[in-house]
Amino acid sequence: MDNNSNNIIVLMVCPVSNYLEQEIEKSFKVFKLWHFEDKEQFINTHKDSIQAVVGSAAAGADAELIESLPKLEIVATCSVGLDKIDLARCKEKGIRVANTPDVLTDDVADLAIGLILAVLRRICESDRYVRSGEWKKGEFKMTTKFTGKSVGILGMGRIGTVIAKRAEAFDCIIGYNSRTEKPNLNYKYYPNLIDLASNCQILVVACSLTEETQHIVNRQVINALGPKGVLINIGRGLLVDEHELVSALLQGRLGGAGLDVFEHEPDVPEELIGLENVVLLPHVASATVETRKAMADLVVGNLQAHFGKKPLLTPVV
Amino acid sequence: MATHHHFAVQFPQVLLLRKPSGFAMLGEQFFTSNKFQYLKAYESALPLHEFLTLHAHSVKAIFSSAGAPVTAEILRLLPEVRLVVATSAGLNHIDVVECRRRGVALANAGNVFSEDVADYALGLLIDVLRKLSAADCFVRQGLWPINAEFPLGSKLGGKRVGIVGLGSIGSEVAKRLEAFGCCVSYNSRNKKPSVTYPFYPDVCELAANSDVLIICCALTDQTHHLINKQVLLALGKKGVIINVGRGAIIDEKEMVGCLLRGEIGGAGLDVFENEPDVPEQLFALDNVVLSPHSAVFTPESFKDVCELAVANLEAFFSNKPLLTPFAAVD
Repeated sequence: MDNNSNNIIVLMVCPVSNYLEQEIEKSFKVFKLWHFEDKEQFINTHKDSIQAVVGSAAAGADAELIESLPKLEIVATCSVGLDKIDLARCKEKGIRVANTPDVLTDDVADLAIGLILAVLRRICESDRYVRSGEWKKGEFKMTTKFTGKSVGILGMGRIGTVIAKRAEAFDCIIGYNSRTEKPNLNYKYYPNLIDLASNCQILVVACSLTEETQHIVNRQVINALGPKGVLINIGRGLLVDEHELVSALLQGRLGGAGLDVFEHEPDVPEELIGLENVVLLPHVASATVETRKAMADLVVGNLQAHFGKKPLLTPVV
Repeated sequence: MATHHHFAVQFPQVLLLRKPSGFAMLGEQFFTSNKFQYLKAYESALPLHEFLTLHAHSVKAIFSSAGAPVTAEILRLLPEVRLVVATSAGLNHIDVVECRRRGVALANAGNVFSEDVADYALGLLIDVLRKLSAADCFVRQGLWPINAEFPLGSKLGGKRVGIVGLGSIGSEVAKRLEAFGCCVSYNSRNKKPSVTYPFYPDVCELAANSDVLIICCALTDQTHHLINKQVLLALGKKGVIINVGRGAIIDEKEMVGCLLRGEIGGAGLDVFENEPDVPEQLFALDNVVLSPHSAVFTPESFKDVCELAVANLEAFFSNKPLLTPFAAVD
């Protein structure tokens, strides 16, 4: 254990990065939950000393964990998504919550566009075509043009807005659906998601996962997107009814999909593995050296701010 | 002549040395016109030399597609040819000097491919920097549950991107890059007065001041192996090169060596020196994305280029100006 000026104990509930661990350890004592086989016993032993929880997109603080840590003051997640944290319970108990917005917005938007191009222009498939020697036997197939196509964005928050701006550089026609219409936006608002899906060729899922938005992209939405439609998901796996998505792709009711997130990561439906009209990524939308460092610094900054009795850098609750 | 009237060639003949990809991909009906007829050399059993000699008097134009070079020898055998129409933007497969010498006009694909090629260049760039193809492979091989950590990629925003050749394609690439927060500069034969991006007269200096190079220029005698070892080393070990121009603009052997030795950081390549052969040493690298010269393979590009080719031929046979005459280097 390093020479700490304070002995505040932080519980990391899942691995994030060596860098984050090292940085937290500079100012705090860290317990790493994944090192303990009997997690329940571990928490029982240390419950009265844990004052902070650090999580990520993979794991956070649910009701059970929050209730078992009476000294918990802050939950800091290395993600912008809050679906793994029981926000209501934190609010109720006066526990602070901080996330990592803004620093990852550009990377996530870049990945959304990258997925659109990869699916429409069949870039990953082309790479396989060359590497397998198929090019020697014949030319590649026709692909789908991106410039000028209609793009529908589900969720016009920070990330959705930046995706729209990038798509504009490709002369795309932008429409969106969100809980409320946003003022001062030059894009067409569709109060109904099925209408949006019917009126765009590429639907990008960029909203947050809440109880209300689980499976918001369901069979009707997928059917409305149609046999020439493409679904891009850079939000959360649970936003899409994965079973329906797989069946639509297998039956040709949906033209293609670019997926960075899945319902049960790291498991990916076996049926998707054999499809050429999909691109499958292991939840890497914020996975650049630059951004992961910025996210980790924000987590540490929030912890230091809280325990230094200063305002949180990026508070949620 | 009257008794042979029925059998005389009614329409001017346009020579096809090779079956255009568009015929197969889209259908021959998109290429037909009531102003001319195609003469298909590839359907004849005769050796090319004999076939051309036999039809020399009736061939007025050549429709040139990829893989069928229009050489000085072919032009010599066809003294009636006054126009060569190409279905590509670049004319490196046509003896342009010989055409000029003989007063043969040239028409190319103009700007019809620019959007698709620019889109593709961005797609390759994002793939290389964010490792999309490698990550997709990682998932398909079932490695995600076994090895939670896929290597981190590199952010696009703030990257200095040097465009080699700021023509129609290069300009469309630049416009898209700006939306991603990249800093664009360029090298071109001449500085463009209406453009505000920083201009580097020397491609090596451009490389030294760039994190990414995107090759969008035509292949000419001057640009052959323009990207050589010196330029690649200037680009450096974190540098990425994207080629949507022609393979021979890059010294391929040197580039492969640099990639193998880690002297440059990665590459996204749609074109190669000896297509469809691709250096096999590249197959082992996951910082390289390879593509089978398919940047223009969309129905829109194919339809637009064949409409344009037909329009150029019709204009020519109606004594009207060409729509997309090939301009001399500026």
